[in-house]
Amino acid sequence: MKTEKDSRGTERLIERLLQSSALLSVFTTLAILGVLIFQAADFFLEVSIIEFLTDRRWTPLFTPQHFGIMPLVSGTLLVTIISLLVAVPVGLGTAIYLSEYAPDRLRRIIKPILEVLAGVPTVVYGYFALTFVTPILQVIFPEMIVFNALSAGIVMGVMIIPMVSSLSEDAMLAVPNYLREGAYALGAKKHEVALHIVFRSAFSGIVASIILAISRAIGETMIVSIAAGSTPRLTMNPLESIQTMTGFITQISLGEAPYGSLEYQTIFSVGLTLFILVFVVNIIGNYLIQRYWRQY
Amino acid sequence: MEKAKDNRRTRELTGKIILGFSLLSIGLSILSLAIILGDAIIDGLPYFDLQFITSYPSRFPEKAGILAALAGSIWIIVLTTLFSFPLGVSAAIYLEEYAEHNRINRLINLNIANLAGVPSIVYGILGLGLFVDGLRLGRSVLAGAMTMTLLILPVIIIAARESIRSIPREYREGAYALGATKWEVTRDIVFPQAFPGILTGTILALSRAIGEAAPMLAIAALVYVRFVPSGPLDRFTVMPIQIYNWVSLPQAEFRGLAAAGILVLLVVLLSMNFVAVYIRNKHQVRM
Repeated sequence: MKTEKDSRGTERLIERLLQSSALLSVFTTLAILGVLIFQAADFFLEVSIIEFLTDRRWTPLFTPQHFGIMPLVSGTLLVTIISLLVAVPVGLGTAIYLSEYAPDRLRRIIKPILEVLAGVPTVVYGYFALTFVTPILQVIFPEMIVFNALSAGIVMGVMIIPMVSSLSEDAMLAVPNYLREGAYALGAKKHEVALHIVFRSAFSGIVASIILAISRAIGETMIVSIAAGSTPRLTMNPLESIQTMTGFITQISLGEAPYGSLEYQTIFSVGLTLFILVFVVNIIGNYLIQRYWRQY
Repeated sequence: MEKAKDNRRTRELTGKIILGFSLLSIGLSILSLAIILGDAIIDGLPYFDLQFITSYPSRFPEKAGILAALAGSIWIIVLTTLFSFPLGVSAAIYLEEYAEHNRINRLINLNIANLAGVPSIVYGILGLGLFVDGLRLGRSVLAGAMTMTLLILPVIIIAARESIRSIPREYREGAYALGATKWEVTRDIVFPQAFPGILTGTILALSRAIGEAAPMLAIAALVYVRFVPSGPLDRFTVMPIQIYNWVSLPQAEFRGLAAAGILVLLVVLLSMNFVAVYIRNKHQVRM
């Protein structure tokens, strides 16, 4: 027969086991930081941080080698900005329609379609950018080369539309109905309620959705690896071939850089930069979301 | 009088513009999805046949197939499921049923939220440093599956927690009233009730994993695999890597192969999603 003491011991053991699975998440974060910092430290023994942050060239694969992260950061920024120019208007338009205009039945059809759009693998988006969008753009800009920031940026914008629309729609739906009714009582029309009441009340939630979409765009890898080229260049011209931080990491990964080589360590120094950037953007986004949900 | 009329006309016009703009946005989103899928289907169908599924990659487009990558993807998904399901469910059960509101658990919660926002390529780098080189697993199926496990664990935990949270408290209290211990309640009441929801969340997370190219590239690299992995320590490639490889080759025939590869990937994805939705709907009817 099991005594009460035995069973209490088993209960405690089980709780410990379950807890250790939950603690694995903390371990993962520590491991990410540990691996990135440990390997990047070796890199920064060879290359000074000053050079890393201020040199305007990134040529780790040619001589003379230059290790300035700026061209990769500018490439990432350029593609991100283009993607926002697509995703913010379209995503917000979609969110306004879904939250203010769409009848329930239509919403039940459209939302799953947007979820499918969000679930398409990124390598498929990359294929679409290179084989469909780029040829069309080349008709409009004949001087543009095959690998360019514009095509990758536009398609990345399509990819993040569902992120912007679904989080913004959540924020708009959370606006209490009495605010809408108050405006209608004053004689406002539907679009005036949508713009002046709902959009404004949900504004910080909408900003948060855009910021989280930015973080997604910064970390996106396959679209830029396939369609944006592999030429690190400090430029804001969308018709040129560029390289993003993620694109560079992919390029080195393909070649199986040997463990311990400087080339191998560049993966981690660029990865660390990417991680810090995304981390900061995420913290801002999550802070805004929490502040927004506390409001209502 | 005139002015009031003008004002009304402007207001009506603005209303139409706003409605038109939001309708246009919806149309654009749906149209893009249709074009993305249609483009891949039109390009890929001519190359999509049994020989494509049963052949290894080749320098000659007419002989090339996706067998090695398909097998690699299946290996990765099976191992990832074995690792991530028990870990994810245990973590979710702990956080929902056991955890008190103290500092460690707040830290765990914050961590899971943050991990869900880390770019997938960073997990690839983590796997490269930790599993491939740190644990000396090499560029193996095992290293790939362990990396993928860390990548999708936050998603599984979040989905499993939602499912566990939706179980009415009365169920648990009824069992406690009969003298059950906490573990007995968890094992016999909470887990069976939450299982369909957890399963749906896990399948959806795995269907995301099967489309991930970036972290697998960091682990497996671009390797010419002409075999089906026979053990967890073998080298491998997965479907998204093979597709990426074909897209980056200049000849048009290889683009066609890439599109055919996309079709295989989408068929696998759709069937997984179909199963997930089926489980969810079946469960909803019963509740």
